[in-house]
Amino acid sequence: MTGDRVSYTLGSNLESVNQAETAAEKFASAAGFQGDELQEIAMAVREAAINAVLHGNAYDPAKTIGISFERKPGMLEITVRDQGKGFDVDRVPDPLAPENLLKQSGRGIFLIRTYMDEVRFRNLDPGTELVLIKRVRGAAAGTKEKAE
Amino acid sequence: MMKVTSRQVDGVTIVDLSGRITLGEGSAVLRDTVRELIRKGQKKILLNLAEVSYIDSSGIGELVSAYTSLRNQAGDLKLLNLTKKVHDLLQITKLYTVFDIKDDEAAAVASFGA
Repeated sequence: MTGDRVSYTLGSNLESVNQAETAAEKFASAAGFQGDELQEIAMAVREAAINAVLHGNAYDPAKTIGISFERKPGMLEITVRDQGKGFDVDRVPDPLAPENLLKQSGRGIFLIRTYMDEVRFRNLDPGTELVLIKRVRGAAAGTKEKAE
Repeated sequence: MMKVTSRQVDGVTIVDLSGRITLGEGSAVLRDTVRELIRKGQKKILLNLAEVSYIDSSGIGELVSAYTSLRNQAGDLKLLNLTKKVHDLLQITKLYTVFDIKDDEAAAVASFGA
């Protein structure tokens, strides 16, 4: 678990969301992240896994989600893939717009972007891939980088 | 795992929650609890979140849903004793401006009015 790269293939169910969160916490902790940053990584991965299981694969037991964690120079890179029908991230409504504040859903991607330094989306046709980047600052690796 | 207990104080139902309000059990427990209270006509609800360590997007959705359900039925939902993590979450999602958030139980109960 303390290697540079770990990957998982998980079912399209609720348990996978919890497993993804736990795995993120474990890997990021081993990579030197702690405190608020560690929690933010775990929360972002949880939200990405919710999107993959719920909105991507729609709980389809025939589909899986893939999650990988990789320690790279100066950063932690996490990839979350689903096998769903994909979506256009530019069409996701802004959850902070006054007309959307009282909507029950639609905050997952916003939270992922808030917690991570960089988020990239790729349409796998079929499926969606999210790449989440958290840069190393001070404590996590000895190399200090400034936040934006 | 989330635990829920509720008590009545001066016509207000205080719901003490502890654990995580997340997709699955936590969100479902909150939803069922609020539905049951509404069904029983208890529409002044104060959610005590002092022991809630974490809320994900699904849990936020349930809080919003409970709030709108109660407001639509001339009731009200207020939040009490947020942990720093939950406070920060409501701030970044701008829901801090939507919910009436209290940090004193007696004052919170009194704020519901007669």
